[in-house]
Amino acid sequence: MIVVDYSEQALQGLISGPGVSFGVGPFTVKLQSTLGHLADDIRLMYASYPVSTQPFADFHVRLDRPFGLRRWLRPQVNFTQDTRTPFKPLPLEQSFAMLEWGLNWCISSQCHQYLIVHAAVVERGGLALIMPAPPGSGKSTLCAGLVARGWRLLTDELALVSLEQPGQVIALPRPVSLKNESIDVIRAFAPEQIIGPVARDTAKGTVAHMAAPLDSVSRAAESALSSLLIFPKYIPASSTKILPRQKAASFMELAEQSFNFNVLGELGFHALKQVLDSCDCYDLSYSELDDVIPALEQLIDARAESSKLDSLGLRRAVSGE
Amino acid sequence: MNKQALDGQALDGQVMDDQVMSVQAMAMLLFSLLARPQQMASLDLRSWDLFIRQARNADLLGRVYELVAEHQLFDEVPLPVRPHLLSARRVARRHSAMVRFELGNLLGTLAKLDSPVVVLKGAAYVLAGLPAAPGRVFSDIDLMVAKDRLNEAETLLKVQAWVSSADGYDDKYYRQWMHELPPLQHLKRHTLLDLHHAILPQTARLKPSSAQLFASALPVDGYPNAYVLCPEDMVLHSATHLFQDDEFKHGARDLVDLDTLLRHFGRDEQFWSRLVPRAAVMDLARPLYYALRFCRRMLETPVPDFVMAQAAQEGRPVWPLAGAMDKLFERALLPDHPSCIDRFSGVAKWLLYIRSHYLRMPFHLLLPHLFHKAFISPINARREERKAENRPTIERLIAEKARG
Repeated sequence: MIVVDYSEQALQGLISGPGVSFGVGPFTVKLQSTLGHLADDIRLMYASYPVSTQPFADFHVRLDRPFGLRRWLRPQVNFTQDTRTPFKPLPLEQSFAMLEWGLNWCISSQCHQYLIVHAAVVERGGLALIMPAPPGSGKSTLCAGLVARGWRLLTDELALVSLEQPGQVIALPRPVSLKNESIDVIRAFAPEQIIGPVARDTAKGTVAHMAAPLDSVSRAAESALSSLLIFPKYIPASSTKILPRQKAASFMELAEQSFNFNVLGELGFHALKQVLDSCDCYDLSYSELDDVIPALEQLIDARAESSKLDSLGLRRAVSGE
Repeated sequence: MNKQALDGQALDGQVMDDQVMSVQAMAMLLFSLLARPQQMASLDLRSWDLFIRQARNADLLGRVYELVAEHQLFDEVPLPVRPHLLSARRVARRHSAMVRFELGNLLGTLAKLDSPVVVLKGAAYVLAGLPAAPGRVFSDIDLMVAKDRLNEAETLLKVQAWVSSADGYDDKYYRQWMHELPPLQHLKRHTLLDLHHAILPQTARLKPSSAQLFASALPVDGYPNAYVLCPEDMVLHSATHLFQDDEFKHGARDLVDLDTLLRHFGRDEQFWSRLVPRAAVMDLARPLYYALRFCRRMLETPVPDFVMAQAAQEGRPVWPLAGAMDKLFERALLPDHPSCIDRFSGVAKWLLYIRSHYLRMPFHLLLPHLFHKAFISPINARREERKAENRPTIERLIAEKARG
């Protein structure tokens, strides 16, 4: 059973009552809320996610309107995980965005069974392309563009690096967060994609989410081997440039972008080293999605080809050390 | 509520049959399982769901992992639950490593005092390798130095970037009346440090002697200037912290600390015969009475009957009060989770909050203080906020640069 199998009314009843549990990548989220409109957003953005019937959830989260006079003047919304409220209340129209940010917080602060890196990850032909980047680099736009052209979405924000299987990234397909101009860029580039509620005046400007495609959600159990590590940078009116990058510097940057590198210590170091071992590293600057996507496809297909040769022992052995 | 739930009726009965737990059993789930970890082996997934949430909210998830490991129960833990325990273990190990690192620095810095530094609470459990340490998480580090060395210690720490951000009023309040400096924070690492000269405010009704604490403190291997409290004092301090001095935000965790300390030190019979007499000398018989009573009641701590009787004689409040305090503490000690809250929990916590202030200082000092906190501090805070908002960005950047 998937989320959209519930009628709007049935889902609303569950969310405002005992809660609805659904699987998001390796996690089970149990959501409750007194907000009337949230069921619509969930049905739209989490339509094909599996409903969970097991009595255990990783995160029990709530979205509610705080009490007080503000309720009537400037309606707000509060995110809570059990009794914890990591954020100050936000304007009511940012409810869905707040759910996404709240889940980011739950995962990045509590799930140390993975090394968690702030990066988008997409897959093609079994190989994962990792794009770590600070906000404003165009990482999410590029991620949304690649996904709209058939790459599989593993994550647009939280890369879950396995601590057990070397170099593997666990899929956590969730709505892709788009900011400001990128919302219209993606609307124009891929009009068939589902874009959720638009929240204006957030701390990050205007925010809207693009739903993860059905294929990515239904293949959430498949991890992918890290193969390309690319540091994208959006430069207006530039042509696509892909330049090799040093592994040591890439390692440091990735560690810098990790949420729990310091919690994991040695385990995190080894997991990251295994990612670097299995990746080719590049700097990328681009301005046009139509230009950069074929270039990346070429790069990863070439990489797939050379891996095939590697596995046949016709080229240098993949260095495991 | 406690007796029945503790007898395991709730766990052996309803829960095992996968029926709905009684409200009482739900509220006592965390404590029941901490007291009898073996019962985790037959816990159903629905109960695990509640157990993990209660433990997480009480900051006890790391402790749960340690119990699971100690009783070799990990293979019995359902698959979806395991990552939560592993994560909690990793966080706790990280905390413990950070505490060791900070203690190394702090003790080195304070070596110039040429005077003993007593490490208190969680950091002491880590330093002394006590079983209360594994799985514990920390919000701050507590150290104690002699009162006449406090200023010197503060200066030494300031040079190493440990500073207080208390405003004028709070700063004065701490220095004049409290048992510690306003909380210090490391500018870069943001670790919090409480520097004590006593374990209760100077204005408190109970007057434990700091000199006695120092006199009985035990040296720690590897650090020439570091000490920890002797076992009896360590228990007394933990009891005082929980039942005398603070709000009950970490009530469940603090009770678990006490239980773990008592079980560990209690293996030495001498400890039990020394405990109550020491409490009497230290003027801490009342908090010790509560500590022993509620550890026994909520966590089945094996406190010998003769010790309980001694403690009651020395520290039990008079009849009507004793009953009322039982009701209040019972509620306040449960984990801070919706499943543990009944309609009196809020009142209980509020009354205990009032009580803690009443115990902290006499009314002629307390009333002006509460007035300031209620009316003046918010105004000042808002003024500061507005100032910060209006400050030009470049200035803020320079200020940040100067600080960093």
